[in-house]
Amino acid sequence: MRGIFKRLSVLAGRKALGLAFVAAILAVFSVQPAAALVEIDITQGNIEPLPIALPSFSAEGGDSKLASDMTNVIAADLKRSGLFRPLDPASFIQKNMSVNSTPRFGDWRQISAQALVTGTVIKQPDGRLKAEFRLWDVFASEQMLGQQFYTTPENWRRLAHIIADAIYERLTGEKGYFDTRIVFVDETGPKDKRVKKLAIMDQDGANVRYLTRGDDLVLTPRFSPTSQEITYMSYGGADPSVYLLNIETGQREIVGNFPGMTFAPRFSPDGQSVVMSLQQGGNANIFKMDLRSRRTTRLTNTAAIDTSPSYSPDGARIVFESDRGGTQQLYVMSAGGGEAQRISFGPGRYSTPVWSPRGDLIAFTKQHQGRFMIGVMRPDGKGERILTEGYHNEGPAWSPNGRVLVFFRDTPGANGGPQVWTVDLTGYNEQRLATPAFASDPSWSPLID
Amino acid sequence: MFKRVNAVAGARWIAVCFAVLFLAACAQTRTDGPVGNVKPGTGQDFVVNVGDRVFFEEDQSVLNGQGQSTLAKQAQWLNKYSQYTITVEGHADERGTRQYNIALGARRAQAARDYLVSQGVNASRIRTISYGKERPVAVCNDNSCWSQNRRAVTVLNNATN
Repeated sequence: MRGIFKRLSVLAGRKALGLAFVAAILAVFSVQPAAALVEIDITQGNIEPLPIALPSFSAEGGDSKLASDMTNVIAADLKRSGLFRPLDPASFIQKNMSVNSTPRFGDWRQISAQALVTGTVIKQPDGRLKAEFRLWDVFASEQMLGQQFYTTPENWRRLAHIIADAIYERLTGEKGYFDTRIVFVDETGPKDKRVKKLAIMDQDGANVRYLTRGDDLVLTPRFSPTSQEITYMSYGGADPSVYLLNIETGQREIVGNFPGMTFAPRFSPDGQSVVMSLQQGGNANIFKMDLRSRRTTRLTNTAAIDTSPSYSPDGARIVFESDRGGTQQLYVMSAGGGEAQRISFGPGRYSTPVWSPRGDLIAFTKQHQGRFMIGVMRPDGKGERILTEGYHNEGPAWSPNGRVLVFFRDTPGANGGPQVWTVDLTGYNEQRLATPAFASDPSWSPLID
Repeated sequence: MFKRVNAVAGARWIAVCFAVLFLAACAQTRTDGPVGNVKPGTGQDFVVNVGDRVFFEEDQSVLNGQGQSTLAKQAQWLNKYSQYTITVEGHADERGTRQYNIALGARRAQAARDYLVSQGVNASRIRTISYGKERPVAVCNDNSCWSQNRRAVTVLNNATN
């Protein structure tokens, strides 16, 4: 109940964005208990993707292109996760599926489909779209999930992502991450004269929108976990500083009134504070600003570079990088500051730590022998695993369910530039995310739920 | 004779320098001694005859002998032409992570600033800024370029009269 209420309230919030979203979301069909045969254990490393059949949603005499576009977006989401293998529609035996009839399961078993999704999209007399879908367990011959949605036609992509999330969640037991967005830095122009703009896109690369015009150098945007705001660094003012930007209203403000350059910002998990570095002479220390009271608190005080702070999801601790021991290494301290424990001890330099939203891991950039890697380790520093390695990989950020990392990969030389990639927590399923130009510093939004 | 040849070579270098917008390499290979056709006390004089930048080793912010010598000459010039305020820009090469490089550039700017102050330049004339790895001047993929990007550049602001 709370889940539904929350979802509605967030959707109401999105209305202000001009998206004019869903009037109601109802789980109208009965949801079977989790005794189904078809389920994915995504904690394993190399997963055999689950064969899933997604016949084009029926349009019931309406817009069949829209129905098939929606089906394609759902299939693409599931495929990109690496956990599903959408089957070729040409192999389907049963044609013209209706959401309201029971499938001929034998026909789907014959093509080795383990899961089947049927759906329909109908335009209502008031102009809204009504979409229904059912997820079927082919081997158990039963329905696993059925939902119905109403929305305005321009929201069809979001609706497709919401349906993909529902399928992902039902089959994996984990929250999905498809109805999310990624904020990043768009990079154009030659390497020695780069123009950088803040931009935002859906997690599948669709609907790119620019948030700044490129007049000022902008870096390291981070999503608020609770509001339609990002915090980032901009060179637009007297000193380079940390800013807040409301992506609905475009309203912008400097965070705090610090005597010098501030950088490397990140929100606290409750969205009420921003933690960042303040440069004072040759030293960078970590400060927190409470966004309501405007009070600032110093969290570190060393003659070193302390930067890239990131909270644990319970808000109790902060991981950051520091060269206080001579080279960049990762440290964990209480969220109130005080003594810090070094957690990285492997060969090389460690930087840009980010605490997983699940709390179980910290992702980082590691440099060793001229190679740049993305890796994860537990918060006590144990269990280090490198997920990807090459000339230059930098700046991981977590998907809201803590299963996927987004980062940027740079290529060398005058014509080189960064592009955004994703990799599973397991180190498998590395994929490039298409962007209009070079792109860096990606950061994932929370799940809109 | 030797001196004359040297000066001609120097002038040629300078022509190249202007053509490529004061590439760092030029500042390094420039011959010593003032160049006749540059008006003393101008920004061009500062860049060509004094040298506007110093360089650093990888992940270091310690000034080497050459850097100290350049900054000493900068200080001498700035003490003579006291109408200028300056901004010292710190930079890093691309072989580091973004946030750390911002702080590393700041450390380099601070090292250059402190040296200028030690040579008598009034601290109130000096502002520092770091661009981290965001503003490379050389873009090739080896140390010959990266070493030019690990720099602190003294930029003259508008003269205050």
